Order: sequence, then C-alpha cells, then structure tokens
Amino acid sequence: MQFRFAGALIAGAVLSLSATAAFAQSGSPTIDAIVKRGQLVCGVAGNTAGLSLPDSQGVMRGLDADHCRTVAAAILGDANKVKFAPVTTQARFTALQAGEVDMLYRSTTWTLGREGLLGTEFASITFYDGTGFLVKKAGGVKSAKEMDGATICVQPGSTTELAIADYYRVNNMKFTPILIQDLSELQGAFESGRCDAYSTDASALAGYRFAKGDKANDYVLLPEIISKEPLGGMVRKGDDKFFDIVRWTYFAGLIAEEHGITSKNIDSFTTSTDPEVRRFMGLEGDMGKALGVDNKFAYNIVKQVGNFGEIWDRNITSMGVPRGINNLWNKGGLHYAPPMR
Amino acid sequence: MSATVSTKLERERPPALTVGPAAWLRSNLFNNWWSTAVTLALGYLLVRWVVGFVDWGILHAVWSVPSKGPGIADTSACQAAKGIGACWAIINDKWRFIIFGRYTFDDQWRPAISIVLFVGLYVVSAMRRFWRWELGLIWLVTLTIIFVLMWGGVLGMEYVPQDQWGGLPITFILSTFGLAAAFPLAILVALGRRSTQLPAVRVLCVVYVELVRGVPLISFLFMASTLFPLFMPVGFNPDKLLRAQIAVILFAAAYLAEIVRGGLQALPKGQYEAADSLGLSYWHKMGFIILPQALRLVIPPLVNTFIGFFKDTSLVLIIGIYDLLSAGKIALGEPAWQPYGTEIYLVVGGIYFVCCYTMSRYSRGLEVEFNRSIRR
Repeated sequence: MQFRFAGALIAGAVLSLSATAAFAQSGSPTIDAIVKRGQLVCGVAGNTAGLSLPDSQGVMRGLDADHCRTVAAAILGDANKVKFAPVTTQARFTALQAGEVDMLYRSTTWTLGREGLLGTEFASITFYDGTGFLVKKAGGVKSAKEMDGATICVQPGSTTELAIADYYRVNNMKFTPILIQDLSELQGAFESGRCDAYSTDASALAGYRFAKGDKANDYVLLPEIISKEPLGGMVRKGDDKFFDIVRWTYFAGLIAEEHGITSKNIDSFTTSTDPEVRRFMGLEGDMGKALGVDNKFAYNIVKQVGNFGEIWDRNITSMGVPRGINNLWNKGGLHYAPPMR
Repeated sequence: MSATVSTKLERERPPALTVGPAAWLRSNLFNNWWSTAVTLALGYLLVRWVVGFVDWGILHAVWSVPSKGPGIADTSACQAAKGIGACWAIINDKWRFIIFGRYTFDDQWRPAISIVLFVGLYVVSAMRRFWRWELGLIWLVTLTIIFVLMWGGVLGMEYVPQDQWGGLPITFILSTFGLAAAFPLAILVALGRRSTQLPAVRVLCVVYVELVRGVPLISFLFMASTLFPLFMPVGFNPDKLLRAQIAVILFAAAYLAEIVRGGLQALPKGQYEAADSLGLSYWHKMGFIILPQALRLVIPPLVNTFIGFFKDTSLVLIIGIYDLLSAGKIALGEPAWQPYGTEIYLVVGGIYFVCCYTMSRYSRGLEVEFNRSIRR
C-alpha cells in the first residue's frame, strides 16, 4: 500500500514537472516537438522531378523540398535542419495524422474532401498546376477540342485519369485511355505512336518536352488545362500557431520577391528605409515575435533558401516549365501575399 | 646400363565419335534430324542475340555524358544512341545513389565497408570449418561494427539517421536480419504446432501461421507503415525501417515454420520413439536427434524461401524505403534520364542475380555434403 502511494507521488511529481516544462514553451505541440528534436520532419514524395527527388548525391532537391527548408529556416533558423521523410501517395495522410511527419509538402492537391474529412488543412499553395495534353507536332492538333476519339496515354489511378474522363463527358466526346503504370513505358508508348496524346500534370509534360533537347519542338503542349491542381503545404488541424508559421513562411518568400530581395543581395537591405522591408528584415515591428519565432525569420528564409522566385527558378524553370499563373499577382500570376505589418 | 627398349605400345584411342566433346555433341545436340534442326535454330537465335547485345551494350554504348551545369547532365548523346546503343552514362552518374541511397555523400565509404563486411560474414558462415560456437560471436561483433558504421555518432563519424540509409545495405539488412531472426522463431513455431502436450500453444501456432499465410506481404508492410502508427500515441513513432523489419521477420517465420514442420513430419516415427526410449528430455530429443535430421531434409525448400525473401525485400518500395530496387527506380525520376530504365534494371537485376545464384549454388553443395550418408 505504502509502496503504491510512493509510486503515485513520484508519478505525480514527474507529471507536474513535465507539465510546467510544456507550459513554458510555445503553446504549439508541433513547434515544441520540432524545437526539442532540433529538426523539422517534412513528408515529401521523393520521386517527382522538380518537386522532390534525390539527386545523384542523395540530396533532396525540388520545389517541395526547398519549401520544407524554408519552414525549418523560419522555426529553427537553419534551413538544413530538415529530415525528409518520403511518404507514398497512400500513406501520406496517415503519416501526417499520426504525427510521423510534422507537415507535408508532397505534391498534394488542395481539395474540399481533404480538408473536411481528414483532420488536416492546407497552409499554402506553392504550385498552381493542372492536367494538360502533349501531342506530336506532326499530328497537327491545335486544341484538345479536336481530339474526339483519340487514344490517350495516362497513368492508372491518377487524378489525371478522372480529369480527362470528366472533360470528355462535359464536351460530349469519346476517348480511349491507354493505362500504363510504369512511366518510362508510358512515355515509350506515346513516342512510338500507340497513343495520340500523353496526359498528366502540365508541369510534368513541360519537363518531359524540355528533356527532349533539340527535339522538343516536335511536341506541342495543348493550351487547354482541364483541371485545377493547387499543390501546397499541409498541416494537422488544431495547431494554429504552426499553421500560421507555415503560411507566413510562404508569404515571406513572396514579399521578398516583390521587393526584389534575393539570397544574394539581402544583406544590402539592412540599411533600407522602407518600413515594410525593415519589418521584413526583423529590424522593427516584432513580426517574428507575433508568430512565435525569431524576428529575423524572414531574413533567414531568404538568406538560406531564397525568395519564392529563386526557389521556383532553381527547380521548375530549369526543367523548362514556364512560370505562367505561378507568377506574382502584379506580373499576371496568382501568388499574392497580404502585407506584413 | 642396358638400354631398355621401350616397347611402348600405342594404346589405341577410342573412336572420336564415342567419347569426348564431339561424342557429347553428337548424342545430345545432333542426335537425329529434328534435334539437329532445333539445335541449329536455337544456336542461330543465341548467336544473333549475343551479337545484338554486344552491339547494343558495348560497341554502340554511351559510357559518359558531359554535364550541363551542377547536377544537370546533357543526355543528347544518349538520345542520339537510343535504340542503337545502351546509355551506361546513367549508371556512371547514378551508381552511388543506387547502391547507397540518400546516405550522406561524403560518408558513403561507411556503407561501402558495411557491404564488404556483410559479404565477408556470409562467406565465413558458409564455410563448414568455421561452424563453431565462436561463429555466433563473430556475427555479433561484425553486426555491431556494421551498425556503428552506419549510424556513426562515435569516433568522429557523423551521425546518419536511419531514414537516410538506402540501397544495397538496406536490402542486406532487411534480408539478413529477417531470416536470421525468423529461422529460430520458425523452429519454435513448427515444434509448437506439432506439440501434443500443449494444446494452447499448438492452437496459437496454427492461428499465427494460417493468419500470416492468409495475407500477402504487401498488406503486412502496409499495416506496419500505415495502420500501426494510428494505434500509437502521437509522437511515439518507432522507425519505419524497424517496423518493416519486424513485418518481414513475422512473415518469413510463418513460411519457414511450415517448411520445418514438413521436415519433422518426414522423419520416421521410429526416430522419435528411439529417442524417447533412451530417456532423453524433450529438448535433447529435438536438439540432438530430430532437428538435425529434419532440417537436413528441407534444405532445398529452405533455400528456396531464403531466395524468395531476399527478393521480396524490394517490396519495401511501397512504404517509402529506398532499397536497392527502389533506389534504382528513383534514379530514373530525373527527366533527362527517364528513358533509360533498361540499363538501370539490367544492373539492378544483375546484382540480384549474383546474390541469388550464389545462394542456390551453395545450397546444392550443402545438400550433397549433408546427404552423403543417405546417398551411398
């Protein structure tokens, strides 16, 4: 009896100790876990060129990978403190729900269902993508509307397959899908003429065309983008502080690009008199403090990883994908950041 | 010295067409007209195929390509040779990723040594003269060294977390530990299933084996990677590799147990009775009389299962672990390299073949040696 009592006392003491330790921190379980670990665990695809793919030296490269780095730079002040966890399409949401990863930048499309049903939410859109068609120039097709009765090469089980089916139904046309799981085989089928068109995300099509080098002009990307695929960062619901940080990390990249602040010239802005730039640099306004991170969080992001445009150019432009609607709002795109004040 | 006249009688050689390679050819390949026809046809195809392969894989192959910038290869030479020659440049560019995965690039000598140690361990364990109790010690020491090398964090080596391991070491780790841990478990399960005195244990073993055999390995891995974390409190996440490893062990044990049980059943009842009449205890009976004979009987199916599991470890691809095969697939992700899957798969297939073929050759030797007493 006595023994048990002592045990309860000890357990109680330990509990209250750990409780006080927790109260002393940020109030966000995710941020606490990240700080304690000294590392952000970021779920990525790990198999998609331009978004997240290990290079020949095994380092994760791509738009998603770099946006993971920006979050680490904001919270921990070091863009390299990221653990990239490759998660499959099937396992990604469970990995997030179970706390195996802190967040996802995993080429995941923002949909109502994913926000309404899964207990997760989207903090940013880093890539506005959509399903497109690639055809051979020799065929002379100029528009998707001319492709009634066409055979189309597509990967099975993808959202592409559904988007095409919807599009053809709406336009009262017929098509024959050729479903091949293996990507190189699928592309081989398209090249050998087994299908009239190759369909997947427009960015992937542009990258594929670009990789053809001199022969890129033999292929035409049709102007119709038949579905919306906004890809972004996903976090668990119920941790608003972490949500805010992920979202403002993305905004910080946009604000930097708007002001022409890049990783190379950022140090020359320390003497700027523009109030928004000064707030951005953490020189006044306590912007970081409001989010619960260092006041220089935006500086760290841009200095270590780059602004939104730099990240884009490094990963996506180099694959031959035009910026298009992924430009800033004042250059004809959709990326718009609220003021930082 | 009297000169001895050597009356060397030239021993007459048998006619060339009854012994020697010519005779072998004659009796096996050119026996009659249709066998000759088949031989010629297959020979023609074989020669054509070999010539075509040499032409594609060596003569017209592209061995390396220039780089367009940091990390971007200029593959136009490969594109020009597509269909005519192999593009080994992709192997040249990606071999370290395929073999070591995402392991820190500058520290890749550590997994390299680990691979060498693994192979050395296999070779030593394969030699009968080392089959003593010290072998267990050697295993323990070598595996410790391997893990110290892989993890680092001591002796000035940088810590490399498990999620960055990949390639061949992962394949070796999963299959070695999987089979080494599954085998003893399998023997216990097989004995349990044959037990007459412990009905509860028997039922448990039957349920375990039938349950595991009733589902595919993929679903087991899915459960380990997707379902398992949901049951655990948030923040408690045993490593993904460890979970996959446990899934592989449990799965392999069920299959091996059935093979061992087959061996137990094949032994004549007299062996059991003889052991009993000597007054041996259960474990003595099993350890000295029954298991040595039973296991000897089941070497071929055991090795068959070993080989199968060595290859099945590539299924961890679906839970996001970069083993040898998945690292090869990921290496194909870069748009510039996407069309050259054949080359990657040939190399990866070659590595698997070497491992599996060695295993099967070794088991044949073992079988012959063990069954010498029976064979005579």
